[in-house]
Amino acid sequence: MSQNFRLNTGGLINRDKPIEFKFNGKKYIGYEGDTLASALLANGIHLIGRSFKYHRPRGFFGAGVDEPNAKMQVEINGCSEPNINATEIELVNGLSASSQNCWPSVNFDIGAINNFLNRFFPAGFYYKTFMWPKSFWYRVYEPFIRKAAGLGIASLEKDKERYEHKYEYCDLLVTGSGPAGLASAYAAAKNGAKVILAEDKPRYGGTLLTDDVTIDNLSGKDWSEKIISELKEMPNVIVKNRSQVFGYYDHNMMVMFERTGDHLEKKTKYTPRQRLWYIRAKEVLLSTGSIERPIVFGNNDTPGVFLSAAAKEYMKVYGVLIGKKPIIFTNNDSGYETAIEFKKNGVNPIVLDTREDQNSELINEAKDLDIKIKFSYAVIVAHGYKKVKSATIGKLNKDKIDFENTEQINCDSICVSGFWTPTVHLASQSGNKLKFNDSIDAFVPDKSKQNEHSLGAANGTFTLQDTLKNSINTGSEVSKNITKKDEKIQIPNTNERKYSAHDKFWCSPLPKGKNYKRFVDFQNDVAVSDIEVALREGYRSIEHVKRYTTLGMATDQGRTSNLNGLQLVANVEKKIVPQVGHTTFRPPFTPVTIGTIVGREIGKEYMPTRKTPMHHWHEKNNAVWVDAGAWKRPRYYKRGNENLFEASKREAKNVRDHVGVCDVTTLGKIDIKGPDAAEFLNRVYTNAWLKLPVGKARYGVMLREDGIVMDDGTTTRISENHYHMTTTTAQAANVLSHLEYYLQIVWPELNVNVVSTTEQWAGAAIAGPKSRDLLAKLFPKIDVSNEALPFMGYVEGDLFGVKARIFRISFSGELAYEINVESDFGLFMWEKIIDIGEEFNIQPYGTEALSTLRIEMGHVAGPELDGRTIPYDVSLEGLVSKKKDFIGKRSLAKEAFNKADRQKIVGLVPLDRKSSIPEGSHLVENKNAKLPNPKLGHVSSSCWSVENNNPFSLAILKDGKNMIGKKLFAVSPLKNTSIEVEVMSSHYVDHEGKRVRS
Amino acid sequence: MLNIKCPYCGDRSQKEFAYGGDGTITRPKLNQEISDEEWDNFVYLRKSPRGKHIELWHHIAGCRQWFKVERDTTTHEIFKTFKPEE
Repeated sequence: MSQNFRLNTGGLINRDKPIEFKFNGKKYIGYEGDTLASALLANGIHLIGRSFKYHRPRGFFGAGVDEPNAKMQVEINGCSEPNINATEIELVNGLSASSQNCWPSVNFDIGAINNFLNRFFPAGFYYKTFMWPKSFWYRVYEPFIRKAAGLGIASLEKDKERYEHKYEYCDLLVTGSGPAGLASAYAAAKNGAKVILAEDKPRYGGTLLTDDVTIDNLSGKDWSEKIISELKEMPNVIVKNRSQVFGYYDHNMMVMFERTGDHLEKKTKYTPRQRLWYIRAKEVLLSTGSIERPIVFGNNDTPGVFLSAAAKEYMKVYGVLIGKKPIIFTNNDSGYETAIEFKKNGVNPIVLDTREDQNSELINEAKDLDIKIKFSYAVIVAHGYKKVKSATIGKLNKDKIDFENTEQINCDSICVSGFWTPTVHLASQSGNKLKFNDSIDAFVPDKSKQNEHSLGAANGTFTLQDTLKNSINTGSEVSKNITKKDEKIQIPNTNERKYSAHDKFWCSPLPKGKNYKRFVDFQNDVAVSDIEVALREGYRSIEHVKRYTTLGMATDQGRTSNLNGLQLVANVEKKIVPQVGHTTFRPPFTPVTIGTIVGREIGKEYMPTRKTPMHHWHEKNNAVWVDAGAWKRPRYYKRGNENLFEASKREAKNVRDHVGVCDVTTLGKIDIKGPDAAEFLNRVYTNAWLKLPVGKARYGVMLREDGIVMDDGTTTRISENHYHMTTTTAQAANVLSHLEYYLQIVWPELNVNVVSTTEQWAGAAIAGPKSRDLLAKLFPKIDVSNEALPFMGYVEGDLFGVKARIFRISFSGELAYEINVESDFGLFMWEKIIDIGEEFNIQPYGTEALSTLRIEMGHVAGPELDGRTIPYDVSLEGLVSKKKDFIGKRSLAKEAFNKADRQKIVGLVPLDRKSSIPEGSHLVENKNAKLPNPKLGHVSSSCWSVENNNPFSLAILKDGKNMIGKKLFAVSPLKNTSIEVEVMSSHYVDHEGKRVRS
Repeated sequence: MLNIKCPYCGDRSQKEFAYGGDGTITRPKLNQEISDEEWDNFVYLRKSPRGKHIELWHHIAGCRQWFKVERDTTTHEIFKTFKPEE
């Protein structure tokens, strides 16, 4: 396939390396160094997509981030992605792209009927049409809009690519490697500052690659190459291409993505596709340049209409002609640069200048080259459906609001230049309120809110000499303050053409009786008439106009549409642009893939996995895991074909009958030391702690200041000033922060230190009637009798040479002990327990059996301590001291907490002794009562009581104290169950707590 | 993402810290006779000014110290950070 529009010479592409790619299923050839856009244009392809609302044919318009139309579905390495900007993606072998928003094909798109129905698609169409009836919204309207408004198709496959995150700190971040970026980075680097220079394109140099200038007698391109190679040599400089700084956040946190993989032919398994950089910069220099503004005219969205600078870039960088019969439509001198470039490449352009004839270096040069120029002329309308074929042009009258005469001329492309708009997005994101600069008809940054400076074109400075001077000065100044070095840099000599003043002309008037669509925003299909409708309907604030018409809301963030939109509002409202104001720019500046934002934090890397030292033993013994925060805990150990219910029943029964062992390493552990430790515990817990003797444990409950139970657990006095606190697995981190808060902020006078030791100790609970016999065998030298080691006793022992802490505490309500050893010996301890326990029929038990055991004993846990219960509610009021003060005590005096019918924990058993009661069921008196049926309480925990062999539940019930013996219904609309239950004591087994003390 | 200077560790990223709420609250003394209203004010009422505010932050993934931050709630500018006793 020939590249008919490729110039024979020129451009920065590698003509020795042809690259094959596909577009809409057809094969084409481009060169290495092409973008997808330049390669398609080289092949004469202009029709590349359909517009968002009217499905009008669309072609390329820009050459970089300014491109509003060329969003494509691109497939590389079997990974398909929508909305890729064809002007930004580099051509690689095997790349396959297809048009979006058209069906069945880009050439014949049924949706284009919208274009002929456009009277029915006015501004705010969606708001007006899809209002009523309500039930139509998600059955009819939404599916329709979703299908019709498609901007590409998200892949349903898992993204197999690798994405990475990187954190970096620097003195200066310079965004953009045009003249301003290069000069300022160079000056700062010479002062020894740590500099990061980021360029979003593959090639450094920005406009220096396309402008006809010299710096120190070098061409712009050669000068930029020289500076870049010097910068790359410097150890204090990081130079990155293919890197877009897209977000400016608080305290100079800059976020950038680097395209690391897509342009590579061969990737290793570990080559990331993209990398996200978090850069904290002391100073940010914004050298983001400017983007050319279009001039609005009839059918200005026809394929073949380009920004004039883009046309020039395609010639100079890619050796591609966007057309062979171009019209240059300009209101300033930039258009002449493009015209001259065409002429040099053997193409005869015709220039329409909205200004009157005048003297300027560029115009004279064009005249000398015999370029045809028509002054005071404008394009009225472009003709041609899928490609520009001709244009009606006209001579503007004096006021430029009408035409004196019109004519139709043939052409195959129209290049527009409506002057330049500084790229102020990042400055605006930083909090900089922009100001309007009359001399360039655009907004420029005003006072900095953070440490940032805008340089060069981004700051409205359009001459090279001033840009270099200001950039070198700012780079030196800012870096000097950081490094205290002052290496003077010579301002280079430049040679550039002088521009004459531009014209404020921005929109061709409609001739009488004509109704051409004149687009302001290509990507969202917003035409002049849409904005006029919005204003007629009373929208005044530019933010409202934006939302109502969707002007500037698409992925291109109004880069080419914003100012013309403001200009239009200003004209209609008879205001000036600064009075209209501008909308807010928000990150990201360009679209970012979700994969890049997520990085490696995906799947099991989403959060850290915490494993106990016994993890691999559990794994080998068929543990089925449950997540407890970041921890993995065995839920049950599967034997044969057992299910959860059968296994947990077996494990729990074995504890009640013999002995079981449970990994309790995950319980929070806090080491508390200091002379005031007892006093501190006394303030933290609701019960009394001053008299707890050394070698004893005590159960405690702690409250929040609002009286709600925060956590419970046992704390053991290891020695005079040393305590070992345990917390629930879930609350471990919160409790530590809570204790630190009171010690550091509220009672700094207390001499106490707290530190988490959760990961330092491995824990195993052995529970069941045989646990004492087992303990005696594990610790033959210790007297484990009930007298020597009573309930809530503590002793240190020697477990076959390993130091162990033995607590006689019980969560299961059985005779039980908890053994702690240092984590490194956790597995050793566990295996000893299993080995020696064999003769007592020991079985490991998981969290499901653990829950069963504690529920039938009426012990409360997370589901009861749910942030809504006070001690009374969970029958822990006996642990609330009347004598001393503690955290949250004053709140317990609240009226609501002391009502006679206050909620309280109860036990529930289904009347049929068979039906399991779903957790979360609501308790009501009459299941058939009219809604809203008064709710008396809810089921918090449910189990199958192994002791009584029937279901048993705990519930928080209004007036629970006086409800024992009553019959209620547990209703779960979710599970569609309604079970008649009997209310009883929450202690279903071992009412008096004899076993733990036996 | 804020950049917060821990008075003990120096400049660190916000990721290392947990927000601790209004830093101007003083807890009533233990065993102090206090009206329902005063107690409720302490438990529930927090300032949420627009502009300068003193906040508590906890260097949770660092030295685990609580400290105070004077910050503008609209611009996020941090004027100073200091130890609780300062």
